[in-house]
Amino acid sequence: MTAEQTVLMDGAGIKRALTRIAHEILERNKGVADIVLVGIRSGGAFLADGIAQQISVIEGGAVPVGAVDITLYRDDCSGHLPHHPVGKTDIPFSLEGKKVILVDDVLYTGRTIRAAMDALMDFGRPQSIQLAVLIDRGHRELPIRADFVGRNVPTSQKENVQVAFDGSNQPIEVVLEK
Amino acid sequence: MAEFKHKHIIALRDLTKDDIELLISTAENMRDINCRDIKKVPTLRGKTIINLFYEASTRTRTSFEIAGKRLSADTVNIAPSNSSATKGETLADTALNLLAMKPDIIVMRHAVSGSHYFLANKLNCSIINAGDGAHEHPSQGLLDLLTMKDRYGRLDGLKVAIVGDITHSRVARSNIQGLTKLGSSVYLAGPPTMVPPGVEKLGDVTVCATMNEALQDADVVMMLRIQQERQGKTLMPNAREYSRYFGLNPTNIKLAKPNAMIMHPGPINRGVEMSSSMVDGDQSWVLKQVENGVAVRMAMLYHVCGGELE
Repeated sequence: MTAEQTVLMDGAGIKRALTRIAHEILERNKGVADIVLVGIRSGGAFLADGIAQQISVIEGGAVPVGAVDITLYRDDCSGHLPHHPVGKTDIPFSLEGKKVILVDDVLYTGRTIRAAMDALMDFGRPQSIQLAVLIDRGHRELPIRADFVGRNVPTSQKENVQVAFDGSNQPIEVVLEK
Repeated sequence: MAEFKHKHIIALRDLTKDDIELLISTAENMRDINCRDIKKVPTLRGKTIINLFYEASTRTRTSFEIAGKRLSADTVNIAPSNSSATKGETLADTALNLLAMKPDIIVMRHAVSGSHYFLANKLNCSIINAGDGAHEHPSQGLLDLLTMKDRYGRLDGLKVAIVGDITHSRVARSNIQGLTKLGSSVYLAGPPTMVPPGVEKLGDVTVCATMNEALQDADVVMMLRIQQERQGKTLMPNAREYSRYFGLNPTNIKLAKPNAMIMHPGPINRGVEMSSSMVDGDQSWVLKQVENGVAVRMAMLYHVCGGELE
């Protein structure tokens, strides 16, 4: 790799950000009633587990956590590139009337979030959907914004932001590649 | 990352182990869609699929139609009784006429082995084989593999007995291709008039002299339908005698592993290939096969749409 890499956040920093997001979610929603977390595969699903863990530490009691794979809802499926492998959507609870916290690692164009919201709607009618992301790097192409942000990182479109995870799906660091 | 680069799926022979595993894994992940309240995803919105069935079919045609609809494609069915084939139109002409209506995928069943390769060379849309003569039936092969994987979690190292009319069975051929590529051992048994010579050359395939030999310690017992429409009258004396030597019953199933899976591609001739108690018993996976058929066909439609022209 010749690309220049800068570490934006380390493991401890990510954990502090997730803890703060957990507090903000609880504050905004006045507790855990009707809250469910749904992470977008793959990074967002791992982070959703981390936020859920923090919430249960703070409030006691577990919040339901699901994972959504957006492959079948992508807006770039009509091309003739090989289609992406399809991951498993795993939402083992009803979304009807719930406050869904959608979790992703990096918010960029907003297209992934659009796809994820369409997927969630096919599972029922949530009371609301709120968006939590670890990194917001800008360059939105759709009218979408996050409710909870770990860190805002101004980037150029040539750069790439990656959240790295270890073998047990714990976040290690956030890397900016130039 | 695995990529599926084929524009057509005509035979499992043409696919690699990785291709087959990718299709199975996609089917596993798509399967939940069929159990939701809203059984539809927008993936193939705007695509048109023509189901062109020159031979009778209930399961496969319905399954392909549902699969297409669950992916939001528009599906059109054409059956021989109401197509121009009855007025003497050739396959190539029918296909070119259909192509003029800009389908993205043609799913075809045809009595002539290899007719799909002929079409694939002529047309620029994707071709999926829903059964061609005595050649292959890849969607059935894939759904059988998925069903075995559901039960055992793997295909590697399984002993699979396939019993019946191997010669005329496209299901057997697709299963042999798929199973041997994924590491299973295949044991074939059937009347000598119904076992093609040289079939051992396809891979880890053993031709058994008796049905009992094939059943011994099998993890999976796959019974094939006697295809009276395809074979001449000389291949077997009568159904009763066939059933005595090559029918599955509560006695000979005991030779297989305890609780071995019993599979059949359907339609079943009850009392010929297997007794009703076997079809409806606890060991039967026949309806699970049908259920898996929809997910497997969704996976096939999804991946050929992303394939490249070869």
